[in-house]
Parts: sequence; C-alpha cells; structure tokens
Amino acid sequence: MASRRPAKDQPASFDWTPENQAWCEEQIKKYPEGRQASCVIPFLWRGQKQEGWISIPMMEAIARQLEMPYIRVYEVATFYTMFNLAPVGEFFVQLCGTTPCMLRGSSELREVCKKVIGAEGHVTEDGKFSWLEVECLGACCNAPMIQISTKEGDHYYEDLTPEILEDLLGKLARGEQVKIGTQHPGRHTSDPEGDNTTLTDPALYDGSRAQPLKEIPNSAPKEPAGQ
Amino acid sequence: MLEDKDRIFTNLYGLQDWRLEEAKKRGAWNGTSDLIAMGQDWIIQQMKDSGLRGRGGAGFPTGLKWSFMPKEVGERPHYLVVNADESEPGTCKDREIMRHDPHLFIEGCLVASFAMKAHVCYIYIRGEYVDERNNLQAAIDEAYAAGLLGKNAAGSGWDFDLYVHHGAGAYICGEETALLESLEGKKGQPRLKPPFPAGAGVYGCPTTVNNVESIAVAPTILRRGADWFRKFGRENNHGTKVYCISGHVNRPCNVEEAMSIPLKQLIDKHCGGVRGGWENLKAVIPGGSSVPCLPKDICDDVLMDFDALREHRSGLGTAAVIVMDQSTDIVRAIARISYFYKHESCGQCTPCREGTGWMWRVLERMAIGDATTAEIDKLLEVSTQIEGHTICALGDAAAWPVQGLIRHFRGEIEERINNYRSDRPHVAVAAAE
Repeated sequence: MASRRPAKDQPASFDWTPENQAWCEEQIKKYPEGRQASCVIPFLWRGQKQEGWISIPMMEAIARQLEMPYIRVYEVATFYTMFNLAPVGEFFVQLCGTTPCMLRGSSELREVCKKVIGAEGHVTEDGKFSWLEVECLGACCNAPMIQISTKEGDHYYEDLTPEILEDLLGKLARGEQVKIGTQHPGRHTSDPEGDNTTLTDPALYDGSRAQPLKEIPNSAPKEPAGQ
Repeated sequence: MLEDKDRIFTNLYGLQDWRLEEAKKRGAWNGTSDLIAMGQDWIIQQMKDSGLRGRGGAGFPTGLKWSFMPKEVGERPHYLVVNADESEPGTCKDREIMRHDPHLFIEGCLVASFAMKAHVCYIYIRGEYVDERNNLQAAIDEAYAAGLLGKNAAGSGWDFDLYVHHGAGAYICGEETALLESLEGKKGQPRLKPPFPAGAGVYGCPTTVNNVESIAVAPTILRRGADWFRKFGRENNHGTKVYCISGHVNRPCNVEEAMSIPLKQLIDKHCGGVRGGWENLKAVIPGGSSVPCLPKDICDDVLMDFDALREHRSGLGTAAVIVMDQSTDIVRAIARISYFYKHESCGQCTPCREGTGWMWRVLERMAIGDATTAEIDKLLEVSTQIEGHTICALGDAAAWPVQGLIRHFRGEIEERINNYRSDRPHVAVAAAE
C-alpha cells in the first residue's frame, strides 16, 4: 500500500470552469440513475486536469455534486496513485521503474531526472518540472519509458536512453515540440526494430478480407455433439 | 509458425489507419448482423468449440464463462464489463489493440454483449492510457455515427450502448471484483466470492468481465469458424495469442503467434534472439510478473501454453515474456517485483498488506547478501502463508515470483550471503553466536 495524504496548504474553494461543468453533466448520463457515484474517478481526474492537483475543497465539491459522503471521495482520492494530492510541476515526469523497464536501464534514467530536475517529488523553482518513480505503465516492449503529464495531455515517451531523456527534458523546458511515443529511429510503435517479421503480406490490406461472407461457418443445423 | 493470413490483429503495429473505413477493409464489421442473427446459443457454442481461454491471465474458457449468465433477463439488466486495466508488468498487448485495431474490439463488445443479453457494456481502461482512451473513444464515436452502435446496432435489431470508463492507477483494479468496485466509484478492493459477478456484478446486476483480447478475437472466430481457431496450439490450449516480449532480447516487440509455440522459437524468430546469444540467457518470466521465473534449461524446450508452463510450476498468464540475460542481478529483479506488489496491495487482507512489504524488505537485504541462509527458508515459508490466504489472487501473485526465485536460484542467494559474510568477519561471528 502507498501512504498518501493531502497537502498541508489548501485553497479556499473550488469551482468547475463552465466547460468542465458541462462535461460533468454529460458524463453522469453514462451511468444508470442513482449510480452517479461511478463518476467520482472521472471527475477527480478532470478536476486534476483543471487545477493540476486535487485539493480538499475539490473533493468536497465533487461529493456534493455526486450526492455522496465526502469521506467516500476522500477514500478514492487517497487510494488511487494517479491523483496528485499536492502540486506537481507543469511537466510531471513519471518514470516507470518496474522490472521490465529496470532491465532496460530505468536506473540510468532516474539519475538523469535527479540531475536535471532534482530530488524525487521536488518541484523546480520555476514550477516547470517534478518527477516521480511509478509502477509499470504498460509499454514494456518499448522499455525504458516515461509518461509526461501536463494540463493538455498525458503522453508516453518510449525507448529512451539517458541522452535522449536529457535532450527531451531540455526541449520541453525551452518550449519546443517533441515527438510522442517511441524515440527509436528504427521503430514505429511496438514493432521490432528494423524489418518486421509479421504482417508483411499485402493480401491483408487489399480489401479481400472485406468480401461478404458466403456462408457463416458451422451455421448448418447439426446434431448435438457426442451423438 | 503462424502465417499472416491467420493473424487476427492485422494492424497490431499501427502501420495502417485505425479508422472505421480502413478497419472495414481489413475485415472488421464484416457480416456482424449475420453473426448476431445466428442467435445467442450459437455464438456461445461457437466460442466454446473454439477452445478460447481467457487472455487476461487466468485462462478460464471464455465460452463457458459467457454461459454462466442467467438465461433470461429478470428485473436486473445484464452487463458486459471489459477489463482494459492492463497493468501486469511485462504486458502491453491490449494497448495495441485499443489504439490500432479498436474496431475489431468494439465489434467484439457488441457480439459478446448480445450473446449475454446485455444492452450496455463498460470498458474499464487503466488511467495511464490517456492517449489510448481518447483513441478508443474516437473509434466509438465513429461507430455510433455509422449506426454500428446505439439503437439497432449494426442492423442487428439489438440496442447497444458502449461506454468508456477509466481508472486512476491501481493495479488491483485488474482483479475483476475490484474493477467492479472501482466502476461503482469506490476504492478498488476485491469482493468476496460468491456471489460471482454472473450473479451479482456491477450495481448488483449479472455481469461478465472479460479481457480486451478475449473480446476482440470473438468476431473473427465466428466469421472464420471455431475449427479454424481451434487448429492452432495443442489440445486444451487453442488459438492465436499476442505475446509481449521485453527485457534482454535484441528486438523487443509484440507479436501475434500460435499458442504452444516453443519459447526459444518465439524469441529467436521475432525478437532477434537473446542479447549475446541463447547461451547468454539466465532466466525468463513467461507470463507477466506474477508467474515464477524459469531458468535457461527449462526455457530451452518449453512450449508457450497454459498446460506446458503449468507443468513447470509457472504459468502463461498474459503471455508477457520478460527475458533476463546473464548480466541480470536476478535477486534484485525479483526484489523490484516484490516492491511492485507491496506498492499495489490494496491493504484489505493482512497477509498481503503486511506480507508483501516484509518479503520486499528481506529480498532487498538478500540482494546485497545481508541475510542468513536460514532466512531463505523463512522467506519461502512466509510466501506460502500469503499464498491462498487472501480474498483475491494478488497475494498469490506476490508469492509466486519469490517462490520461483528460491526454487531455481537458491544457490545464487546463498553465494551472495556467503560473500557478504566473508568480507565482514564480525558479521560471521555474530551470526555464529
């Protein structure tokens, strides 16, 4: 279990932007009547996107909105590790450190984060960066990798080396565009580096698979199995 | 060796366009309403005949699971919930399906929901997959606009709504009842079973929870026939499977292959071999971090399927192959996995909450050798006290990698302990007293 507590300094209040308020009302419609509590994770996530982190006034507002006890929202906010209970950097770097990434060199990436950004959890003076080691992000065939969250989005940067990561962080600091996804020149996504060993048959893509089905297999009436 | 013509996920690498028009050209949504017209019983029988076993890790027969739903819809509606909370370390296959072949998956949601008489399906995707979620939502929006979802979905006469829901970074929500708790807006703490989800799942209604890959292969199985799917792999381990190979191979990748392919062939053919050659192999974790590792001599000829790996006291799990060469500090690698389970334990059951942290701390000491050889047996004993004594399988998943380490690499731990002591005479004396 991870021990997680809200920050000491809390804002006085929380309000949705009109756009997010409208978004919330749409979301509730996805769930059956009376089951609006299902929205708590999506709402907290949206709130985090709006403010950068999750404050107690935000939890209270969401509890009122979803007609659920405040403690239930608090439980959820402190249970799920993607919820930031204190401010993070504008570029929030999440370094995957679990075994598949560790085998491919995530420890060296950790050193880069320490060197460029500082101690884990520390937000730089200009408020631009902070970093955290997280558990498996599910891009193991492109290890080692990081996710960088900003208010605009959350993207994966894969197949990293210490040099590439340092360059990438430098570009972000200077406000330059960076390529999302794999940083390996020989890969597209999770395909092997170089020539692919599968999915090379052009017949897969010539439309022949879209031919109407002549007959549905096993559609003829038959005796039950075993007779 | 599987041929391209028999691959289901033809856009696994995203080299083609994922959007509806192009996906249709690759065969998605082909004859969907005709398949549905065959009726619920036919679909479930085909799934049973295909031999498909769930792709989320446990390997439970999918068709059989579908048949557990009540035959008639009573007062409570039926639900299909798709488990897209892919978080098992080493696993990254569902991500590729959702961002590159979303229409096969969406079509599968419709067919499976129809088979289980569900008019609503929720896809629970892990919170970190933000780009994948947006992609999937865009594909669903396309499908709604084209009449493939919603009222009279795809002209089948079945009304069907499909919603994307997301988590926020909790491995435990991949456990089906924790996922349902999370979907209801609570902490992801697993429920006691029974009642099973087919009796009382989300909102107390009959629910089936399936993995993304299990759902996404369903329409193709129905289109091409259960016997087509069944001809791949050994008896009881049929079909094709997306393998994720990571770690110390020359070319890590995802690849769809036949079940029961030899591990060595999988690595040599698709991944350019082990870094430094096959002889440089130390160990392989064949099915995601939860299953015990296998040393090289077993890897030489083991087949990648549920039963073969079970015989070697490991498992196919999610078919996430983590390869470790001779340079690996295997104790540290497993200690990192133990840290993962300590971090991800939901805290509900004492053996898991306390035991995962205890095992991690001992392994961290063993990694530098600061332990006694008697502690190895103690560690093994504690792991068996966690295994099977918790509500969900996370306790087992935390115990198995540790047991695998001790089973196959005990000598290495002992050597490390002895080396640590020989450098420190006072430690050796203290331990002897």
